[in-house]
Amino acid sequence: MLPKKVKKRASLLSIFFIVSVLSIFLILNSLNKNILYFNSPSDIRLNKNINFDKKIRIGGMVKKDSLKINDQEIKFVITDFKNEIIVSFTGTVPNLFAEGKGVVAEGKLLDKKFFVANRILAKHDENYMPPEIKNIMKENAK
Amino acid sequence: MLSNIGNILLLSNVLIGALIIYYSFNCLKTSNNLVFKNIYQLSLIQSTLILSCFFTLVAAFLVSDFSLINVYQNSHSLKPVFYKISGTWGNHEGSLLLWVIILTVFSFLFLVLNKNHPKNYRLHTLIIQNLLILGFLFFILFNSNPFSIINPVPKEGLGLNPILQDPALAIHPPLLYVGFVGSSIYFSAAMASMVSNYNDRSFAKSIKGWVLISWVFQTLGIMVGSIWAYYELGWGGFWFWDPVENASLLPWFAMTALLHSLLVLEKRNALYFWTIILCLLTFTLSVTGTFLVRSGILNSVHTFANDPSRGIYILVFLSIMIITSVYFLFTRYKPETNHISGNSKETFVLINNWFMMFYLITVLLGTLYPIFTDVLFKSKISVGPPFYNSVIAPVVVFFLVFMAIGPQTKWIKNKFTNLKQLSIILGGALLTNFTIIFLFKSYSVISNLIIISSLFLIFSSFMDLFKKTKLNFARIISHLSFGFLIFFIGLNHNFTIEKDFNLKLGEEKVIDNYKFVLNDLELINQINYKAIIGKLRVKNMNTNEERTLKPEIRIYDNPQTLTYEASIKTNFFKDHYLTMSNIDRSEYYNVKFQEKPLMIWIWISVVMLSLGGFVSLFKNAKNN
Repeated sequence: MLPKKVKKRASLLSIFFIVSVLSIFLILNSLNKNILYFNSPSDIRLNKNINFDKKIRIGGMVKKDSLKINDQEIKFVITDFKNEIIVSFTGTVPNLFAEGKGVVAEGKLLDKKFFVANRILAKHDENYMPPEIKNIMKENAK
Repeated sequence: MLSNIGNILLLSNVLIGALIIYYSFNCLKTSNNLVFKNIYQLSLIQSTLILSCFFTLVAAFLVSDFSLINVYQNSHSLKPVFYKISGTWGNHEGSLLLWVIILTVFSFLFLVLNKNHPKNYRLHTLIIQNLLILGFLFFILFNSNPFSIINPVPKEGLGLNPILQDPALAIHPPLLYVGFVGSSIYFSAAMASMVSNYNDRSFAKSIKGWVLISWVFQTLGIMVGSIWAYYELGWGGFWFWDPVENASLLPWFAMTALLHSLLVLEKRNALYFWTIILCLLTFTLSVTGTFLVRSGILNSVHTFANDPSRGIYILVFLSIMIITSVYFLFTRYKPETNHISGNSKETFVLINNWFMMFYLITVLLGTLYPIFTDVLFKSKISVGPPFYNSVIAPVVVFFLVFMAIGPQTKWIKNKFTNLKQLSIILGGALLTNFTIIFLFKSYSVISNLIIISSLFLIFSSFMDLFKKTKLNFARIISHLSFGFLIFFIGLNHNFTIEKDFNLKLGEEKVIDNYKFVLNDLELINQINYKAIIGKLRVKNMNTNEERTLKPEIRIYDNPQTLTYEASIKTNFFKDHYLTMSNIDRSEYYNVKFQEKPLMIWIWISVVMLSLGGFVSLFKNAKNN
């Protein structure tokens, strides 16, 4: 038999251990569920098994002359100069949102060509281009 | 001219820092318990010089001396005087100078105010703090010098980004810096305590005031930043789990844990090494946050221009700090002899610390995860608010319950005698919660639990006020307002109403029970911007409540920037929040309308929370 003190300490340690394992599991599990993948229109086109229920981010340039606004929504086309995707959005846009500028839209895909955004992001810096888009542009330039 | 003065002052600061270290080592060799007089004098001169250095930069901004690159890039001769001054610390270089000021002034004050502590401990603290000061001075001199000159001298500056021209953002950096740069002093003190074997409750006494000061300012700084984000960024939220916000929250968790474990060290002379780890962790996290924000490794709404070379310098500095701290921890570590009973106030304080560590790890993982996946798998991801909410919200429920019970327990050995009282409080919390559901509408299970547990904390803190024993006002105020904070955030989160739509001039739109009319657009000319002001009439058709909101679209001249100003109408029950944007002069204006209940109470709760810290600080100063 182990002494009482050792037993007590062992049980405390095991509680601590179980709690930490549980909380790490909780964190990682939730992390896996809630990350937003960043895609370019080309990624979407090439991807065969898209989960349409999952929120994603799409980045690229707002195509010139693609912007249409009516009383319901703002519609525009995101392009990475290879592939395009139509985006529909309701709400206010960031101040740097304009045709020919970089944009990141957050939302869900309806199908491979149509995206419903619930948030449009842009950084508060006129020369800003999301690094993700910069990379895409670089790759496309090759 | 001003550039030369500034550079000379910076260099003389390096010299004085080195001298202080030299004399401190000399003084350590002497056997009496007196600190050399010249160390005091040098320390005072050091503080004076760094302040003059800062005022030199302020002067350069005031007279618009565009021969300094820093002034040229961040100021404009037509900018209002207030923003010329606040522009001094609104940029990377200037903010680093502010950083060094706090390091230096805290170093001086710590030396002067801790005269009843042993010489060895004070001098070691001074030496380590001055090493930190030198590290940052070199960073300023070689990488981010605010006094660098530009040739030929430009006629006009580029101007400060308009979204930074804001009173909240003018005071946000100084508050936050006192918070997380202030934590440097107990980083140094913790190292000194290990080196000089000054490891009992008097060590806890010597740093308690400093932990409190930094905690109070960190809390206020985070709040002011959050208020700014609320009205300036136009999303209507006050917390976005943006990397920059997370960076300020990480040291806050460590500080809060430290604040509590210090109590155990002070009262029971236990948990010494754990307290030391928290001291080291707080400042390390502050520097980590700075690294993440300034190096451009993470995407965020922040506007600091990014430069990888800065990142490398801070990273090297950070690594040295971490390696030395870990080295000292391992070489000096002794297992504690004091045994802590499972049911005692000590354990409850430890439980608080576990929770804080849990939040800290969660936020740290969420913030760093995108970097890992980018490096390891080349996949671009971002971790959004749902992650933090889903991990933290359920845990907060338990946290609040422990926070209510903890203070009722006794040191050393506790017995639960007040179970009856606790169940009455729980009953009251449940009743109030279901009244809220009945009066308004239902909300999710987790929200229910959060509201119930926050009410549990609020009620039991109130009950403490009527106890016959000596009252700990600081604790009651802080715990009570934290309960209120979570309570209001819970309600605000659940009952916020949001409507997005597009509207033409004169058009009327009905969505659910709200009617919106864009009555008028007015054009005005201000000194440094032009604005289109919309007049939107909002009517709640259920309550017949009517309001006119006036959102603005501003076009600033220097630098030319377009901004959208939210229109916010606040009262004690709710905020009405409306932003309006326009794309390419289209006839449609894009409108976002939000009704956010109890917004003002969230800010008031945070102010009260830090007030608790002030009360404790005051009491601490009186006792010593």
